[in-house]
Amino acid sequence: MDSGVTAWLLTSAALVFLMIPGLAFFYGGMNRSKSVLNMLMMVVGALFIVGILWAIYGYSMAYGSTAGYFVGSFTDYFGLEAALAPPAEGDAFPVMVDVVFQAMFACLTVGLIAGALADRMKFGAWIIFAAVWASLVYFPVAHWVWGGGWIGQLNIGGAEVIDFAGGTAVHINAGAAALAVCIILGKRLGWPKTPMRPHNLTMVMLGAGLLWFGWFGFNAGSAYAADNTAAIAATNTLLATCAAGLAWLIVEKIRDGKATSLGAASGIVAGLVAITPACANVTPLGAILLGLIAGAICAWAVTLKYKLGFDDSFDVVGIHMVGGLVGTLALGFLASDLAAEGGQNGLLYGGSFNLFLVQLIAAVGVMIYSFILAGIIALVLKATTGIRMDEFDEVNGIVLAEHAETAYELGDSGSGGAFAGVGHSARAKEVE
Amino acid sequence: MKLVTAIIKPFKLDDVKTAVEALDVHGMTVSEASGFGRQRGHTEVYRGAEYTVELVPKVRIEIVIDDDRAGDVIDAIVGAAQTGKIGDGKVWAVPVDSVVRVRTGETGAEAL
Repeated sequence: MDSGVTAWLLTSAALVFLMIPGLAFFYGGMNRSKSVLNMLMMVVGALFIVGILWAIYGYSMAYGSTAGYFVGSFTDYFGLEAALAPPAEGDAFPVMVDVVFQAMFACLTVGLIAGALADRMKFGAWIIFAAVWASLVYFPVAHWVWGGGWIGQLNIGGAEVIDFAGGTAVHINAGAAALAVCIILGKRLGWPKTPMRPHNLTMVMLGAGLLWFGWFGFNAGSAYAADNTAAIAATNTLLATCAAGLAWLIVEKIRDGKATSLGAASGIVAGLVAITPACANVTPLGAILLGLIAGAICAWAVTLKYKLGFDDSFDVVGIHMVGGLVGTLALGFLASDLAAEGGQNGLLYGGSFNLFLVQLIAAVGVMIYSFILAGIIALVLKATTGIRMDEFDEVNGIVLAEHAETAYELGDSGSGGAFAGVGHSARAKEVE
Repeated sequence: MKLVTAIIKPFKLDDVKTAVEALDVHGMTVSEASGFGRQRGHTEVYRGAEYTVELVPKVRIEIVIDDDRAGDVIDAIVGAAQTGKIGDGKVWAVPVDSVVRVRTGETGAEAL
């Protein structure tokens, strides 16, 4: 066992974990104040349920021995008992390190979807959706890409798919699911006519900062080593993100007249998403170019929902799906063996068109699968438990209706009331 | 007695307070307010989506004062709050029937 590698991967797991509260705050700041707690709860709720499923059968489905091309063995690591043994001779790190590192990816990916569903989805239906989508979509797709499934095995004329840290499995996957569910769920009441301004942009920037920090573990940890590749991934994670933030601000300055803090935070996330699949396979200059492209394209893509009429509340599609596509497809041009020794080259570095082709097949395959499955799950929930809040509860505030809380107690007036006892719902009944 | 109410630009509060204190006025009530007059708000842009914010943040000042000094107080507020730009606000006065100081029970001018 290599204690240096083990230490770095355990650290990376904690870094990726921090992205989950970071994501919650990034989204939560964009909510109106009456629904911010619901968004935090959606992200945290997904973490709870997916974390447990990951231990029971998720890791096994993603990383168990492959049964054909689609999904790993359900039983190899069922309940993680097989992962308890110390590492075999020659293994750099224990299996359990991989379990906990990849658990964070699963929890984060499901949480990403919540950003499209602000203010209006029944909390119980969301938790069920999170559990079923993780089981039917994320675990198999992680197997496709990293566990030995069809994307990992895809080979056209020697070209193989590059997805270093999750452009397809994480971002395109979550973005396509978000698109399907937000269409089925429907628009927020009043959208887009009613102003729904972000209630706390400092919270958005704080969340983006936490995401960026954690992303160094997400990308550089995906090297599964504390080596040159990890350092290249970390450097590119800085550079592409700077470039994307800058590009987003330039688009805003030209299009809207002002560079905004929400634009900066959005550009940060767009850059992080785009560099995710590419972080170990592009040069630093390639990362900057990729970031510029991703920032500009995503800044344009977030306006599409107004033209097409779907309420992707906080732009999971415009940033994660589109950013994931940009990063995944750009590898067909920007991949360079200068960064990854013995790696593949994109068209700009004298590689063949086949690399672009396999990237496209992987991206489209994940996108279609996730979109269709997420849509079916949402439709079934809509027909059974229901997925949409009552009109009154949505307008009055989902936090009060679903969680019986208030996010902010500001000032003295209106804070009065009476203590109604502990351990029963007397107070809630009285209010009804 | 008169109740003088002023709606002014928030950043002018300190200037107005200083000007009114110079007249030996013993107290005022300040609250945050929002509304519109001729100014009609401003535009904000979030991820390319433009919103018109029609209610503009203002500060409301309330001062209860003897009838014969109300004119001076109003002049002081107007003088200090004026920028000459749209949205400077309004000042008005209305008659007050009675005033009681809660601590002592004094009434009328004694309570000010």
